[in-house]
Amino acid sequence: MGIVFRDETFRDDFTFKNSPEHIRRFPFPFHEDSYMYAVNIEPHVPGPKGSVLENLIDVDEHYVSEMRDRALVLAEDPLRCQSLPHMTLAGWDLLELLMTEQAKGYPEHFSLTRDGDKWHWINRPLGIDHHFVFGDLTTLPYGPMEYITRQSQGDFCILDQRDGNLWMDAGIVTTQADWSLDFDIGMNFFEWHAPVPLAHEKGIFTRALKFLTNIQQGKPARRLNWTMTINPRLDTSPENYHKWGADRATVTPENVGQKVHLRVELQSFWRLPRSNAMVFPIRCYLIKMDELVTSRKWARRLHRVIRDLPEELATYKGLTLYRPTLLEWLAKHDDGAETSPGFGPD
Amino acid sequence: MSTGTTKLDVAVADVVPVNELVTRFHFRPTNGGLLPTFSGGAHVVVEMRDGDTTRLNPYSLMSSPLDTSEYTISVRRDDAGRGGSLFMHRAVKPGDRMVISYPVNLFSLDLRAKKHLMIAGGIGITPFMAQTAQLAATSGNFELHYACRTASLFTYGDVLAERYGRRIHLYHDDRGEKIELTRLLSSQPLGTHLYVCGPAPMIDWVRRTAAEAGWPPETVHFEHFSAPQPGVPFDVELAVSGKTIHVGEQQSLLEAIEAAGVDPPYLCRGGVCGQCETNVVSCDGKFLHNDHWLTEEEHRSGKKIMPCVSRFEGRSLVLER
Repeated sequence: MGIVFRDETFRDDFTFKNSPEHIRRFPFPFHEDSYMYAVNIEPHVPGPKGSVLENLIDVDEHYVSEMRDRALVLAEDPLRCQSLPHMTLAGWDLLELLMTEQAKGYPEHFSLTRDGDKWHWINRPLGIDHHFVFGDLTTLPYGPMEYITRQSQGDFCILDQRDGNLWMDAGIVTTQADWSLDFDIGMNFFEWHAPVPLAHEKGIFTRALKFLTNIQQGKPARRLNWTMTINPRLDTSPENYHKWGADRATVTPENVGQKVHLRVELQSFWRLPRSNAMVFPIRCYLIKMDELVTSRKWARRLHRVIRDLPEELATYKGLTLYRPTLLEWLAKHDDGAETSPGFGPD
Repeated sequence: MSTGTTKLDVAVADVVPVNELVTRFHFRPTNGGLLPTFSGGAHVVVEMRDGDTTRLNPYSLMSSPLDTSEYTISVRRDDAGRGGSLFMHRAVKPGDRMVISYPVNLFSLDLRAKKHLMIAGGIGITPFMAQTAQLAATSGNFELHYACRTASLFTYGDVLAERYGRRIHLYHDDRGEKIELTRLLSSQPLGTHLYVCGPAPMIDWVRRTAAEAGWPPETVHFEHFSAPQPGVPFDVELAVSGKTIHVGEQQSLLEAIEAAGVDPPYLCRGGVCGQCETNVVSCDGKFLHNDHWLTEEEHRSGKKIMPCVSRFEGRSLVLER
């Protein structure tokens, strides 16, 4: 048996939703009743069966529809996918990583056969059956990074490592929480993190960079990040702010449950073998408030986190406008009972 | 979480004497298949089980990154060293099982370079063997200048000349041939990156000459391959784990800490990556700093030590481990 892929939208009529099984596997990011930045990085090793960590590259019921949404974004704005000239080798590295992991985790949906540099890739959900020569650009319809990331959920940043720093020199970014690859391309780790409040003072980026530049092949790492999004819109980009910015003024006590979404990013960090670059997949998971409160523990905890969030963080995450409405709604789902430690639903 | 690398189980497929000082070792995965892909400039740490002693030495991968059916390393025999290279030369035989680390690259090519200008001295040629293979496969622009003492010790000089022809320039010390570095550096096209691997004085000379010629530091890449030196035995107290250890004459401080069951993070074991940096709680004696990681100020402060290559002489040393 394989995944049953949903046919849904992340724009216009917003038909996205999670099946009950997918609600249970949602990567809820709060292990306690409050939130503050930390260098919350851990080894990216396989997690429990049925969780989003069961496979190191996760494919879920939204795969086909997310790939369709990505194609729409790229058709409107090709600059969402960029690769500086020295990053082609890293693109091949990423193609190998994603094909290998998807074929290993989901053999019923993907298969990869290698005979030296002659590769055969089958992607059944998207109806792709392709023979190509690894390393030969003329045998793919796109560059290697674009080719494989049009078939992989999540955004991907490829970071060149040199001079003791990481440089955002390639990527495909169509499901982002209000940042722009076109703006950040070529920047180093400190430059692209400059807008983040509080964390610089805590020395978090210096420590994080030291950690990331030492990540080795075969030992990927991960962390979770989160924000909130109004409507299940994947593409909340600065380029399209005019399309989604005003959504934040549309939250009412009646529509919180359907409109407000917790947006969690599963970020992982991998050393790429040929290029010695790093790839940073940012996988976005969305869950509606109505879906989230089906777990009593998550409902109580999210209420407390949002209530006690420092003002700077609430502003940075763009919650200010609808925070009171959301809190009032969440409060009804918080009976004050204690929550158990850890991430999972009770 | 600690960093570090995954281990690989390999079998010694071949042992090939190259000249009177250098022997090449071929490793294949014990379970068949391919070894992990790597990039030119990467090293592996080889675990050597020599009776009760375990030594872990880093060696650059010199085989082509395009062929991962095997890894090869070349080991120069160091008769005055701690015994790691002697063990490799004398004890390691085809068919032996060994454990090596995943590849780690601390001497990576800068792929933005319009041209890669490489300077090698002696056994410092090994990372360039892999880098030139990688660049040649993608029509990369490179030029290698390689100095050795004598023709008989010119490890892979003939191989390189045959593979790459005029891109290879060989300099024999005993014939008075010298790399004319100042002239070389002044005649490079814009966008050239400079790489050097060899004895410490050579690295210092190349870096200094490049700096004087106005090369930006980010275009100058170097790899020290200093191995831990033997020395007078000493005792150390490990404050965190509550152990007292003895560091033998042929043992590094890091190896002695590991032998006591304490596992600090490491990557290079050559004093450059910074992973095993250790705080000094107290000391009465003299540090013998051999690393390239800590600043001179930190060396003088007596507050930090890199146990992979540095030693201590004196009455007492307490480390935060």
